[in-house]
Amino acid sequence: MDRETLAARLREILPAADVVDDEEALRPYAGDALTAYRQQPRVVVLPRSIEQVQRVMALCSAEGVPVVARGAGTGLSGGALPHEAGVLLVLARMKRILQLDPVGRTARLEPGVRNLAISEAAAPHGLYYAPDPSSQIACSIGGNVAENSGGVHCLKYGLTVHNLLGVKLVTVDGELLELGGSALDSPGLDLLALITGSEGLLGVVVEVTVRLLPVAASVQVLLAAFDSVAAAGAAVSAVISRGILPAGMEMMDRLAIEAAEDFIGAGYPRDAAAILLCELDGEPEEVAAQVARVTELLRAAGAGDIRVASDPAERARLWAGRKAAFPAVGRIAPDYYCMDGTIPRRHLAQVLTGIGELSEEFGLAVANVFHAGDGNLHPLILYDANQAGQLQRAEDFGARILELCVAVGGTITGEHGVGIEKIDQMCVQFTAVELERFHGLKAAFDPAGLLNPGKAVPTLARCAELGGMHVHAGELPHPELERF
Amino acid sequence: MTLKDADRSAALREAVTAAVGAQRPLAIHGGGTRRGLMAVTGDGFDVLDVGGHRGIVAFEPSELVVTARAGTLLSELEAVVAAAGQCLPFDPPRFGPASTLGGAVASGLAGPARPWQGAVRDAVLGITLLDGRGGIGRFGGQVMKNVAGYDVARLNVGAMGSLGVLLDVSLRLLPSPMTSVTRVLELGLGQAFGRMARLGRRPLPITAMAWETGTLRVRLAGSEAGVAAAVASVGGEPCPDGEDYWVGLRDRQLPNFEGDGPLWRLSVPATAPQPDLSANWLLDWGGAQRWCWTDDAPERVFQAASELGGHAMRLVPGVQRAPLPPAQLRLQQRIKAVFDPSGLFNPGVLYPGQY
Ligand SMILES: Cc1cc2nc3c(=O)[nH]c(=O)nc-3n(C[C@H](O)[C@H](O)[C@H](O)COP(=O)(O)OP(=O)(O)OC[C@H]3O[C@@H](n4cnc5c(N)ncnc54)[C@H](O)[C@@H]3O)c2cc1C
Repeated sequence: MDRETLAARLREILPAADVVDDEEALRPYAGDALTAYRQQPRVVVLPRSIEQVQRVMALCSAEGVPVVARGAGTGLSGGALPHEAGVLLVLARMKRILQLDPVGRTARLEPGVRNLAISEAAAPHGLYYAPDPSSQIACSIGGNVAENSGGVHCLKYGLTVHNLLGVKLVTVDGELLELGGSALDSPGLDLLALITGSEGLLGVVVEVTVRLLPVAASVQVLLAAFDSVAAAGAAVSAVISRGILPAGMEMMDRLAIEAAEDFIGAGYPRDAAAILLCELDGEPEEVAAQVARVTELLRAAGAGDIRVASDPAERARLWAGRKAAFPAVGRIAPDYYCMDGTIPRRHLAQVLTGIGELSEEFGLAVANVFHAGDGNLHPLILYDANQAGQLQRAEDFGARILELCVAVGGTITGEHGVGIEKIDQMCVQFTAVELERFHGLKAAFDPAGLLNPGKAVPTLARCAELGGMHVHAGELPHPELERF
Repeated sequence: MTLKDADRSAALREAVTAAVGAQRPLAIHGGGTRRGLMAVTGDGFDVLDVGGHRGIVAFEPSELVVTARAGTLLSELEAVVAAAGQCLPFDPPRFGPASTLGGAVASGLAGPARPWQGAVRDAVLGITLLDGRGGIGRFGGQVMKNVAGYDVARLNVGAMGSLGVLLDVSLRLLPSPMTSVTRVLELGLGQAFGRMARLGRRPLPITAMAWETGTLRVRLAGSEAGVAAAVASVGGEPCPDGEDYWVGLRDRQLPNFEGDGPLWRLSVPATAPQPDLSANWLLDWGGAQRWCWTDDAPERVFQAASELGGHAMRLVPGVQRAPLPPAQLRLQQRIKAVFDPSGLFNPGVLYPGQY
């Protein structure tokens, strides 16, 4: 359908100003935080109610128009990249907190509510929403559900999927489904789990109910410096294998430390090869006991300088360096490319060494800032998009890192999603049988393939062309079983 | 390790392929301890015995992750992880020594710690699934953070084998608490609700709260220092046989469960008021899971639970699940068909005649 007709039909559903079809006004919607990919949508709509979303979906379904949902557009894998012939359905205006129940400790939210706004609204009741992506001031709860986002505290408190109670989902043909609710489980198959992390391919999230947690009475942050990345990696395992589950356990390497220091002066030791930030929370007595124990374990694992933040201000400063690490790295190179593989923790030292070697091979520097406790790596590959060939080199380098993650039993994406970015690496991680089931599930929700087409799950043909498939259509008896 | 170790995946796949060829339904059988949860027990069906497919595939204590074959006995799995000072966060009911990992995951039931330590699906990181097209797929993985592909692993938790045969499961583990104590408080139901809500708003190391006939029990677990401090906030009296109580509650072995009247499970928001039913009650999960003995008509119980934002399931006599809205039922049927197009696995186990 051409732009004019489509916009006119959509204006029968939404006020004229909530339908954007002007070239200039469409520009800001051409991509998400994976800036290498840009595509103008045919039309943008900004619904304000569930009913409007339903009617937009019914129209697009009937006319065979593709639809891409978008929250705040902070995604890092191109998930919200528009379709050239499609509608970009922006949920950002649906941003009311519908209900906050301090006694039942739940919040019912429209999908455009910003992640941080939930905790801010809950704070007067001594409660908060646990998953805290570094983008939390901007990203939306609907986007968090679609990506199953994590944060620095998911080691102890889980990802989005662990903190959700219910979702209202508009299907491709405009029907409203309630998945979960405010009880702890629901009858039948667990569709709530299935749609979490489904990257806008199965339906549009129009309402979210989350559980809230009581704010811990005591929080302590330790900073430990190491003279090798390998030693810091081993220290992470040492702490967790002794029965201590920190609220967060983050690592930064030298390049990241220097960038953060130059940027905001968090007080990190510049001479360290790596630092660990370890946050412990709970009742004061429990935390005091854990601080002593963790200090001992870190010392035994070879930590040099160990510092415990003495007051909330110092604690905030230590975290500020970590939270500002991406922009800090952004200052030392024209562009960076953020990877997101996860590996079993015990392979941290090996994989970080491997990344260092690849960095030399590709001639591109890499800074590491990541969720060490979960084994979720975020290598930031530094490059300059204005130099011919560098973006391609950065992408090739990234692909090799992800293959390394899969080879040690990990995954190509811990929290940023596959989107358009990692679609080829899906062929490395999954077999034809597995991909076929994914396509089957997609068809069960969206038979015509109108929701976010071309994302998250590659076609078998694409994988076959790449030659990256493990097996073809079940020819080998049990190749999967050997993958441990 | 003295565990019996046997990889029967090839034989299981052959059996499934044969059943698909002959279009004969299969009753997937682990230890047979969870038949009480099946709406149709499949007595006339061919039995696919997964019990022989057992053993620990990988256990790395430093990762807090274990991967085991589905036929592994829960008791064996527990012993292996306990030896490393770890435990299954969801503490599944045992219902007898034959309980297997596959049955525990397929039925998706969690013990009294559920609201604090998570559901079965929260601990499931990955599965290998043998489906009704004869395909074997590995979904999820062995790491906590993993968003590649749809979450087929968690979709299979609680699916009662309706989508396929679990071959192995990777689980996230927790360090076992250093100490655990139970406090008892004599409180009527109204007071108990108030107390549970107040306690829930503080970050106390609670791992269970249950009320029955005038008694609220609260379990606290963690370090000595943390638990001692929390005991002071909770109050009440010590309960020397506390752990036996929680095991009895988990496995439905408490005296209350011995009666033969109709038994219902209501899953509702923890702070929801009591539904208007003429019933005896036992509240688990801090009020979010309510056991109810009532002669009221099923429609009435379903209705009451749904008015409170939850759902009900009858266990005795005979399993009956809350009906699904038509749009959801159709979607669930389509999902079933993705994995089991001929409808051969445990047909009717969730919704007889529907899928
Ligand atoms: C500086 C920076 C730091 C970040 N740190 C983290 C981090 O620590 N952890 C982490 O997990 N992520 C992080 N991210 C990634 C990103 O913020 C998350 O993926 C976030 O959840 C995306 O939310 P959004 O509202 O911006 O979604 P968008 O980018 O708008 O969309 C993301 C995907 O979700 C879909 N979608 C959005 N809304 C809906 C809806 N209502 N219904 C259906 N589908 C929908 C889109 O189609 C798209 O596929 C970071 C990003 C940046 C830029």
